[in-house]
Amino acid sequence: MMRWLDQLRMKLRLLFGRGTEGARLDDELQFHLERQIAENRAAGMSTEEARAAALRAFGNPALLRDETRATWSWSSLEAFGRDVRYGVRTLVRTPAFSLMAILVMALCIGAATSLFTIVRSVLLKPLPFRDPDRLVMLYEHFRNPKDNVDGFNYNVVAPGDYYDWRAQTHGFDDMAIWRYQQSNLSGERGEMPELVRGIGGSWNLFPLLGVAPVYGRNFAKSEDRPDGLAAMLTWSLFERRFAGDPSIVGKQIHLDGKPYTVVGVLPKWFAYPDAKIQVWVPYQSGMQPDTLKHHDFHFSRVIARLRPTISLATAVSQVEAIQYQLHLQNLHAPVAEDVAPRSITDDLARNVKKPLLILMAAVGCMLLIGCLNVANLLVARGAARQKEIAIRGALGAPRFAVIRQQFTESMLVCLVGGGAGVLLSLAATQWIARTWKGFPTAQAVHVDGVVIGFACLIVCAAALLAGVLPATSTSAKAAFAILQSSSRTAGGNLSRTALRKTLLTIEIGVTVVLLIGAGLLLKSFVRLRAADVGSTTENVLTLRYSLPAVKYDKPEKVNGFNEALLDRLRVLPGVRGVALGSMVPGGGYGGDNVFTIKEHPPLKAGDQLPDAMYRTAAPGYFRALEIPLIEGRFFGNDDRLERADKIIISRELAKQYFPGEDPIGKHLIVPARDATPREIVGVVGDTLYQVGQPVKPTFYFPVLAGKDADDMALAIRTDGNPLAISTAVQKQIAELDPELPVTDVLPLETVIGDSLSNASFSATLVLAFAVLSLVLASVGLYGVLSYLMTQRMTEIGIRIALGAKRDQVLRLMLGDGIKPAVLGLVIGLVGSAIAVQLMESFLYEMKALDPLVFVSVAVVLLLVSALACLVPALRASRIEPMEALRTE
Amino acid sequence: MHGWAIAKRIQQMSGEVLQVQQGSLYPALHRLEQQGWIKAKWQESETGRQAKFYVLTVAGRKQLEAETANWNRLSAAINLIVAEA
Repeated sequence: MMRWLDQLRMKLRLLFGRGTEGARLDDELQFHLERQIAENRAAGMSTEEARAAALRAFGNPALLRDETRATWSWSSLEAFGRDVRYGVRTLVRTPAFSLMAILVMALCIGAATSLFTIVRSVLLKPLPFRDPDRLVMLYEHFRNPKDNVDGFNYNVVAPGDYYDWRAQTHGFDDMAIWRYQQSNLSGERGEMPELVRGIGGSWNLFPLLGVAPVYGRNFAKSEDRPDGLAAMLTWSLFERRFAGDPSIVGKQIHLDGKPYTVVGVLPKWFAYPDAKIQVWVPYQSGMQPDTLKHHDFHFSRVIARLRPTISLATAVSQVEAIQYQLHLQNLHAPVAEDVAPRSITDDLARNVKKPLLILMAAVGCMLLIGCLNVANLLVARGAARQKEIAIRGALGAPRFAVIRQQFTESMLVCLVGGGAGVLLSLAATQWIARTWKGFPTAQAVHVDGVVIGFACLIVCAAALLAGVLPATSTSAKAAFAILQSSSRTAGGNLSRTALRKTLLTIEIGVTVVLLIGAGLLLKSFVRLRAADVGSTTENVLTLRYSLPAVKYDKPEKVNGFNEALLDRLRVLPGVRGVALGSMVPGGGYGGDNVFTIKEHPPLKAGDQLPDAMYRTAAPGYFRALEIPLIEGRFFGNDDRLERADKIIISRELAKQYFPGEDPIGKHLIVPARDATPREIVGVVGDTLYQVGQPVKPTFYFPVLAGKDADDMALAIRTDGNPLAISTAVQKQIAELDPELPVTDVLPLETVIGDSLSNASFSATLVLAFAVLSLVLASVGLYGVLSYLMTQRMTEIGIRIALGAKRDQVLRLMLGDGIKPAVLGLVIGLVGSAIAVQLMESFLYEMKALDPLVFVSVAVVLLLVSALACLVPALRASRIEPMEALRTE
Repeated sequence: MHGWAIAKRIQQMSGEVLQVQQGSLYPALHRLEQQGWIKAKWQESETGRQAKFYVLTVAGRKQLEAETANWNRLSAAINLIVAEA
C-alpha cells in the first residue's frame, strides 16, 4: 500500500516537476564526480589529471544522464512533447511550405467534412419521427410503362383512391395524405403580401409521424373539411413574420384573402418535406368536394405507418386489392392497377442520392490528391534534410525516433489544416444547403459531434497517408552512404526521386479521373440547357402572380385586371410581346386532365381515356413566345367569358389523337373543368414542360374565360436585358392592385435553368474539385521537377561544359518531367473508362465514353504539365557550368 | 547511501576485481527507484553538500532475497558443471 502511494507520488512528480527532477539528476551526477575528483586529488593527482581520471571512470555523463532519464515514467510523453516542439519549430522556419501544406489540407478536409455532414443528414441519419423505419410512402403504379410519369414507378396518388384505401383496409396502423399548395399571405400590419409555399396535410398526419407542435395543437378531425380554415405555421415563418410571438396562436392570418385561424406552431427542427414550406393547412381545406372523390386526378402523397404485427407485403397487398377494384370500376380513366411502397428515407433522398454519391467520390479523390501532395512536399523536405537525419542516426537516434519525429510533423500539418478545414466546412455546409434547390431533408442540416468525430478520423487518416511514406523513406541505415555522398556523385538519391515520381503519377491519375467526371457532367448539363424548349427563351422576363378569389370573385373582375395589365405592358418601351398564361414553357408540369373527343366513337371497354397537360393562354401568348401556329388560329379578344368555349391543342395531341384527320372544328370535352364541348380552333407547336423530359400532349384554355386565375405566369419578351424592365412591370402591377404580391421575377433562361440547377450545381462542384486537383497536381509536378533539377545541377553543368546546347538540356529536363505526367494520364484514362460507367445513367443523351471529353482532358493535362515543367526546365538550361560545378 | 558511496562499496567488496563503469550505476538506481524497491531522500552529506540517499524498502528486501536465491541456484549449477569439466 505504502509502495503504491510512494510510486504514485513519484509519478506525479515526474509528470509535473520534470524540470526540477532533471536538475536534481544533474546535481546527483555532479556530486558523484566531485567526490571522485576529490578522492583522486587526495591520492596526489593534479587538478586536470584528477578530472580526466574521474571522467574516465565515470563514463559519458551526457549519455548516462539521457539513459537515466529514459528509465523514468512518462518518458514517451516527454519524447512526444519534444517531437511536437521540434516539429513546430521546423514548420515555422519554412513558412511557405507549411502554409501551402496547411492550405491544401484545410481545403480537402473542409470539403470532405461538409459533404459528409450533408450525406449524413440526407442519407444516414434516421428521420426524427416516431419509429421512422415503420413509415412508408405509398404510390400508385401503372402497369403500362408509358403511363408512369417521368418513367418512374411511383405515381402520386389521387384522393379518391386514398380515402377508399383508408376506409376499406386495416393492414396499416394509419394512413395520411398531403399535397403541395401555394397561397398569398396578406400583410396583417401593412407588411408586403407574400406568396408562401404550403402543404395541405390530413388531420392525422402529424400524429402519424409523431410530431407535436411547440405551441398550440394539431388539426382536429373536424377541421379537415373543404371549408376548414385552420392553419399551422412552420417555425421559420413563425420567427420571420410573426416575430416568434406565441400569442399568434388563436389569431387569424389571411391566406388568399380567407381568414385562417392559427392553431399551432411546428418545432424548429421540423423541415419535412423541404425547408421552403412555410404553412400547413388541412388537406381538404380549400379543395372542391368533387375533387376529393376523383380517382383520376393525381397530385397527392400518402404516408402509412406499419403495424408491428403485419408485414409490409401483407399490408400493401390489401391496399392493392382495393386499388385494382377501383381500376376495374374505372376502366376508361387513368386509374392505376398497383400500389408501390417506398421507405420514407429513400423517398426523401431519391433526387439527390446519386449526385451526392458522385460528389462524395469526387471529394474522396480530392482528399487523396491532397494527401499525396502533402506527402510529396514532405518527401521533398526529407530529401533536403537527409544529411541532418543521417547525422542524427550516427549520433545514436534510433530509427523509430526519427520516423516518429517526421510523422509528428505531418500530424501537425494535418491537425492545423483539419481545424481550419472544419471551420471552413461550417460555412460551406450552410452555403450548399441554401444553394441546392429543393434540398430534401426532414430536419435542419447542422454540424454535430459525429461530424467532428468524422473530421478527426480523416485528419488522422490523412496524417498517416501523408506522413508514412516520407517517414519510412528516411533510412538511418543508409546514413553512412549519405554522409559520404556529395553532389559530385551524379544522380543524387535515385530511390527518393522514384518515390516522388510515383506519388506524382498517382496524383495525376486521380486528377484525370476527376477531370473526366467533371467534363462529362458539364457536357451533359450544357446539352440539357441547349435542348429546344419549343419557344423563344432569350430576353424573356417571367413572373408569377395569383389573383385572390375573395377579391376577384367574378370572371369580369379577373378579366378586368388581366386585360388592363396586358394593355399597359404592351405599350412599355422595349417590350416586344407579352404572354399571359398558367405556365411558361420549361416551367414545370402543372397538372393534367382526361378528355373525350365528341366526334370520335365512344371508347371500347379496356381502352384508356386520353389525357393531356392543362394550360391556359391569353391572346398574344403564342406570338409573344414565338410558339408557331401549325393550323387554325390563336385565341382572340372575342374568346372570353361565355364565348370562351374554345380550345387550342398542341401538335403532339393532334398527332396522337387525331391521326390523319383535321382536328380544327372538332370538339373536346374535359370533365374536370366543365361539361361543355370545346371547339378546337388551332394547333400550335410543342413545348417541353421540363428540359430532359419527353413531349406531352397539351391543350390550352383561354385566360379570358375569367376562371382559374389563382396561378398566373407572365412572360414579357424584350429588346435587351429582360431584368431591366422588371421594375417598370412591377410598378404597373402595383398601380392596378397594390396588394398583389408578385413572385419569381426571373428571366426565362433562369427558370429553365432552375429545373437544371441541381445538375448544374453538381457539375459545378465536381468541376471545382477537378480544377483544384489539377492545380495541386501541377504544383506538385513543378516541385518535383525543381527538385530533380537541383539534384542534377552538377551533371547538367558538366553536360553544358562539354558542349550540350541549351535547348538540348531543355528537352532533356522537359522529357524527365513529362514522363510521369504521361504515365499518370494513361493510368487516369484507363481508370476513368471504368469509373464513368457508373455515371452513365446520369448523363443526358450522351455516352459515358465520350471521345470529346476524354481527348480534351488529355490535351489540357499535357498542356498544364508542360507549363509546370517549363520553368524549372528553362532554369536548368540557363545554368552557368562553372557555377554548377562549384556548388556543393 | 548515496550513489558514489555505493560505487565505492561495490569496488571495495568485490576486492577491486569488478571495475564497473561508475556512471552506469545511475540508470540502474533510478530504474530500481521506479520499481519501488529502493527509496530515495535528499539529505545533507558528509561534505555538507546535498546528496540523494537511497534506502532499501520492504518490497525491495523481499526482491533482494528472491534474486539472491536465484543467483545462488544458478551459480551452484554452473559450479557443478565446471567442476565436472
